[in-house]
Amino acid sequence: MPKAITTIFGKAVRQVALLRGGGSALPGLFVEKIDSSFVPDTLSQLPRGVVLVSGTNGKTTTTKMVVELLKGQGLKVFTNRTGSNFVRGVAAALLGEVNLKGELDADIAVLELDEAHAVKFVEIIKPRYSLLLNVMRDQLDRFGEIDTTARMLRAIAENTTETVIVNREDPRLRAIGEGIAGKDVSYFGLSAELLKEFPSDDDMRSGRPASENSLPATVTLNSIDDDTAEFEINNKKYQTSLQLRGVYNIYNAAAAMATTLAIQKDELNTDKLMESLAQVRPAFGRGESLTVNGQPLELVLVKNPAGFRLSLSSFDPKGYATMIAVNDNYADGRDMSWLWDVDFDSLRENGASHITGVRAYDMALRLYYEEVTVASIEPSLGLALSDFIKQNQDLPKRIYCTYTAMLALRRELSKITDVEAIS
Amino acid sequence: MSHKKELIILQLYPRDMNIYGDWGNTLVLKKRAEQHGYQVRLLEHNPGDKFPEQVDIVVGGGGQDSGQLAIQDDLASIGPDLIELAERGTSMLVICGLYQLFGKFFKTIDGTVIPGIGLLDIETVGGQERLIGNITTYSDEFGEIIGYENHSGLTTLGRGVKPLGVVRKGAGNNGQDDGEGVHWRNVIGTYLHGSLLPKNPKIADYLIAEAAAKRYGSFTPADIDDSLAEQARRVAINRPR
Repeated sequence: MPKAITTIFGKAVRQVALLRGGGSALPGLFVEKIDSSFVPDTLSQLPRGVVLVSGTNGKTTTTKMVVELLKGQGLKVFTNRTGSNFVRGVAAALLGEVNLKGELDADIAVLELDEAHAVKFVEIIKPRYSLLLNVMRDQLDRFGEIDTTARMLRAIAENTTETVIVNREDPRLRAIGEGIAGKDVSYFGLSAELLKEFPSDDDMRSGRPASENSLPATVTLNSIDDDTAEFEINNKKYQTSLQLRGVYNIYNAAAAMATTLAIQKDELNTDKLMESLAQVRPAFGRGESLTVNGQPLELVLVKNPAGFRLSLSSFDPKGYATMIAVNDNYADGRDMSWLWDVDFDSLRENGASHITGVRAYDMALRLYYEEVTVASIEPSLGLALSDFIKQNQDLPKRIYCTYTAMLALRRELSKITDVEAIS
Repeated sequence: MSHKKELIILQLYPRDMNIYGDWGNTLVLKKRAEQHGYQVRLLEHNPGDKFPEQVDIVVGGGGQDSGQLAIQDDLASIGPDLIELAERGTSMLVICGLYQLFGKFFKTIDGTVIPGIGLLDIETVGGQERLIGNITTYSDEFGEIIGYENHSGLTTLGRGVKPLGVVRKGAGNNGQDDGEGVHWRNVIGTYLHGSLLPKNPKIADYLIAEAAAKRYGSFTPADIDDSLAEQARRVAINRPR
């Protein structure tokens, strides 16, 4: 089918879908059905190729960072912002950007794809760069096992044409980086001191093995102090202030910088890089802060044990009222056993104010065995939220929430404060 | 000064076989044993470690393929110790991966036979599909047993052993007969995680009671408030598969 026709039809479906309010992948599905070459043809026009971001935790924030850092370098960037990170989500995002001839006005595409979809994607489109963030226990009920996820990421690396950017501190990814031939591998890493704060899935209940310092990293996160961080880029140290909070988000910034470095090479403008980095804000629900009755309220998305543990160790509970919202809908993962792989001892001193969500009692039971006191258990998210706010008027608040709980809480919160719309 | 009686809980391979909240089982055994008036000593056995002299409860979990590979030789070497303990009536709980390896063998889908220690009269073969989802089973002894299963191995019980529960919702040992898990002497093997023991405190207390009675001759349970577990069970039992 001629490309212009695909584009016109696709755009029309997209308009209808937007008018109906949602269904961001529907127009993509339509295009996929009538013209399967639309996505590869459109992306192959890009002079600087495609960057694929994958891994279990932090894809959305990191993709956003890569985009902003590349824009700071003067590149025109296409990305799949909609959060519908499937192949047809990419098609849908493309439809919004291409002109009627099907041309995309961009230098490079930065795409977030979850592991299972990325594997299918690279069969059709070979990315020039791929960024592999981590392999953690996430959605195991979808993918089966963590080793399966690692195999998926290996397939992505093998299908990358130029540079694979790899998290040095993730043993499974390091093995991929070391085992791959015929392309460049660039590592990002942590200083030995920060590595201690990053428990991995494998050594949750045992000592952390030393970093593989023998593998040189192009970007290392050296230290974090309140709202500034020190990075080492090609052995030169840089300090910068950051909008990002939490050691985990800041480590993702190192991943985004290593990716930018791999793309820009000698053309990298380091001043611009640090300037853009200082401006980057977290993606929605990844440590975003709202204001309710004059007090900050932070939403922290938790999806899996490693992410939950990192969030708990990133945010000091002192002086904060804490609520935890746990749902078990399909998008959250139905299996609750992950809650037992999180250490909650950091909450013991201050306790938790409210526990909510479909699986509120599972969460409360977990805290009971961890000897964390809980003031109130209320499965209804709406009731729990209003009581949480009422009972903690004078305190800043933090809510750890699973994916669907976060969406529901944001809807409730939008009734009482400004909540950034999810685009 | 009163000396509390001690119970020793041994975690098998917490480094390599510890997935889907297996730690929850150990934590629940420890805390409830303390509530029942015992002092708990937690031991770990990892590959290469010397097997401890005295053990009252053994707990083991599931693992990735890589984890199973890492422990295989060591497990074979401590197999006789474990069998002797089991035959003497020691309480044991093994989930998923170690449940399979406590059996006679695991035959993978490509035909490779991984030998088990033969403590349990069960056999496992790799299946095409993973059996995943919320599961409820029933046993006369423990009532409704609630958890989550995620396995591709299909386990068949030998004539001399009985399943832990009868499947009410879910797949169980093999998706064919309606059995789930195994219960032989004081050894419980099961595919249920979730973790198993937090929402099934009766099983935890059974393992503790048997261990205490074996070591000290008697067991007097304390009255523990399980209302949170009750509420969590009520919700879990009605969730979709």
